[in-house]
Amino acid sequence: MKLLDPRSSVIDKRLKRIRRVIAVSSGKGGVGKSMIATVFALIMAKSGLKVGLFDLDFTNPSTHLIMGAKNVLPKEEKGIIPPFFNDLKYLSLVFYSGDKATPLRGVDVSNALIELLSVTQWGKLDVLVIDMPPGIGDVVLDLIRLVKKIEFLIVTTSSQIAFHTVKKQIKLLRELKVKTIGLVENMKMNKIKTIQEETEKLDLRFLGDIPYDSTLEESIGDCDKLLATNFSKMINHTLLIKEI
Amino acid sequence: MHEWALAEAVITAASKIAVKEELKEIKEIIVKIGELQQVDEDILIFAFNQLKKDLFRNTLFYIVKAKSKLECRVCGFKWDFKTQNLDENTVESIHFVPEVAHAYIKCLRCGSPDFEIIEGRGIWLEEIRGVK
Repeated sequence: MKLLDPRSSVIDKRLKRIRRVIAVSSGKGGVGKSMIATVFALIMAKSGLKVGLFDLDFTNPSTHLIMGAKNVLPKEEKGIIPPFFNDLKYLSLVFYSGDKATPLRGVDVSNALIELLSVTQWGKLDVLVIDMPPGIGDVVLDLIRLVKKIEFLIVTTSSQIAFHTVKKQIKLLRELKVKTIGLVENMKMNKIKTIQEETEKLDLRFLGDIPYDSTLEESIGDCDKLLATNFSKMINHTLLIKEI
Repeated sequence: MHEWALAEAVITAASKIAVKEELKEIKEIIVKIGELQQVDEDILIFAFNQLKKDLFRNTLFYIVKAKSKLECRVCGFKWDFKTQNLDENTVESIHFVPEVAHAYIKCLRCGSPDFEIIEGRGIWLEEIRGVK
């Protein structure tokens, strides 16, 4: 018999009690995925939902910085139990890599992802929000392969360069028949409707735009401050009021 | 008891193979574990025994240990993974996610973190023997 990696077999079981798994994703980097994923997860948790946040940007994790998550660590009990932080069940590779640079090639990214998916005991959740690395590489392909209930929430900025990359991602997800909830236009600084029109031409739901918030940087590291920003109010309006 | 989750993965994978190959009972399972992840053999066997039911009620579990070999992609140097020079927290981190070794270990010859784990990473199902 050929050697078989047993880990993938148990992933369905680990995610069985999670109602929705939403990957906040973009073909382009620097569009604000981590900020949107984190604030979206925090708002849902504050509204009483059982929410998890899983940072899969292994080489550049940032959700711990956004939330100011210090002195929290997973427990070990029949696997990894993510700690609670600000009402979220939270997991990031940073718990294991610390602040050290962690250069990973594709095969290592896949292995780390499969390891964490197969040993993490998330328990019952309404939503697991995933902060994705930029691009349409290993993590996107592995999640599509391993997580049957995955849904993608696409983020772009108003930049035509960002949107050009994002369009390719939308087409790929469509070809692979993966559920795509819609698109958010982040850091908007004008009133031009090009991104909205182009998104609707792709027959994808345009969820809304989020204006550039110059005060957001001052709120990094403090969840209460983050939730009081205009950015947070706009996320609430764009993603929750619309009942995605 | 991270080993419990790995044992459960082995049992789940073996159950799927048993269905595919129409096995009525699993007599033996041989599992290969790589040194890099430092899986505790006794805890793994304990977990297997806790999970023994149905197809697996009489299964004997065997564990084969594999040395972890690393190869630098930059200079080609090969070396065996050893925990001696690592602190307890680092060893623990690599135990949970072996890939974080890239944050802590460098090539012994050129100092690059760009190495490949060519052998002995994690846990593998090597052999299943069952009855049809």
